[in-house]
Amino acid sequence: MSALYRLAAVETKLFFREPMSVFFTLGIPPLLLVILGVIPSFREPVANLADSRVIDVYTPIIVALSIALFAFTGLPQQFATYREKGVLRRMRITPVKPRILLGAQLLMCALLSTVTMLAVLAIARVAFDVALPEQLPGFLGAYLLSALAMLAIGLLVAAWAPSGKGAGAIGTVLLFPSMFFAGLWIPRASMNDVLRTISDLTPLGAAVQSLQDTTTGQLPQLLHLTVLLAWTVLAAGLAARYFRWE
Amino acid sequence: MAIIEVAGLVKHYGDHTVLNGVSFTVDQGEIFGILGPNGAGKTTTVECIEGLRVPDAGSVRVCDIDPRRDDDELRQLLGAQLQTSALPDKLTVREALELYSSFYRDPADWRELIEVLRLTDKADAQFRRLSGGQQQRLSIALALLGAPRVAVLDELTTGLDPQARRDTWDLIERIRDRGVTILMVTHFMAEAERLCDRLAVIDSGRVVALDTPAGLVARVDGEQRIRFRPSAPLDPAALTVAPEVTTAMSAGEQLVVTGVGNLLLAVTTVLSQHHVVAEDLRVEQTSLDDAFVALTGRSIES
Repeated sequence: MSALYRLAAVETKLFFREPMSVFFTLGIPPLLLVILGVIPSFREPVANLADSRVIDVYTPIIVALSIALFAFTGLPQQFATYREKGVLRRMRITPVKPRILLGAQLLMCALLSTVTMLAVLAIARVAFDVALPEQLPGFLGAYLLSALAMLAIGLLVAAWAPSGKGAGAIGTVLLFPSMFFAGLWIPRASMNDVLRTISDLTPLGAAVQSLQDTTTGQLPQLLHLTVLLAWTVLAAGLAARYFRWE
Repeated sequence: MAIIEVAGLVKHYGDHTVLNGVSFTVDQGEIFGILGPNGAGKTTTVECIEGLRVPDAGSVRVCDIDPRRDDDELRQLLGAQLQTSALPDKLTVREALELYSSFYRDPADWRELIEVLRLTDKADAQFRRLSGGQQQRLSIALALLGAPRVAVLDELTTGLDPQARRDTWDLIERIRDRGVTILMVTHFMAEAERLCDRLAVIDSGRVVALDTPAGLVARVDGEQRIRFRPSAPLDPAALTVAPEVTTAMSAGEQLVVTGVGNLLLAVTTVLSQHHVVAEDLRVEQTSLDDAFVALTGRSIES
């Protein structure tokens, strides 16, 4: 088995040996969906949401949140802790390359957040009668770009953070405003123009809107794809530039 | 044949000069030790050899490879055990070995390695559950996993209990018998004396001596010292009659005699002439510790 897959497999096993992180990253999104879904009024059409239901609007938000939890909290903390404890230093004297290390982390996070996405969509469909994405290729493309953008930001936090705890703190600080602009508290449709413009330019805001657009059968907007791609290129470039073994 | 060549290494950190012209060669199949007090530049030297640090001046070649030029090839040929490194807490021994095997072109059989390292019954134990000695042995296994030609071991036995330390020494000899050249950093005299074919003594960023352990000891004046408690009062002056004796004096109930040559025979001959028996007799010989003090002007622990 190649080093990349072996590393990704080992990282996945290690992830499942930490029950608390499994709960926070894999468990929270479906749990949040269920909590919102059991509120009766959230299952009624709302006039100022173009007659869709709150639960319909929140499903793509929770899908985006499931990526963000991995990218902003799990990934940077894990990677920075590895650096702090000398795990990376140990690997540095083997033939393994940094791109393999980073690639394995990305692979694991992408796979696990995809599993969460599928779980969220399935629960939403079965329990709350939320329609599946109508523009499926567009939805998957938007999802992939969103995941790349957020994971790249996570790697950049990992590269810059002084320690594992520091990375955890920076990630959490990033997570809350990101979730705000994603529309977790005020859906994007209810935001004023200034807030929505800022939201368009944030990775989570662009992710949520392109997921929402494709869910209702439209193509994702060029603006949001460009924003996601720009975040990916910028953050991944800086993360590679500032990568440190120790 | 030299397998490691180090010439004129210089390394500064800011105003502080850590290495100031370190040169030595290590031959194939040798156990070569780098000995020196803390902060002497031992670890920086091996980190330049491992390609983890770039020296400000000087050159390093390992198996004819320049670590700065051909990092990929060096990683395949050189195995290293680092002073400060770790594995994820919940990774098992087996998972670590399978993972690290996948990094190498032509890895050694890890099952055989942990058999030799007596870790087989710990294969499914997590890293955090291993004792210090077991973690250290796993670290050695990882260093040897790529079937390296050169193994660099930095402060291998620091923090081990005496029994684990002796076990580790046996192990290093067995590794050398497999044809691996070993470069080890230590600040334990007993370890250097027991294991190393040759030693470079480094102090303040310079090699102050390069020799076999016996050669280093022989550089220091071969004066011996004998202590004993005479069974009956004896005038120390009676002992200085023998030509081998340099000084003789009382120290409480004891007599301390220094001298050269066959000092013990000379002293016991004089004692039997005076019908005195030496009780609690001890002969103190020059050790590597004394040699180290003579070379660097201080004890290694200071």
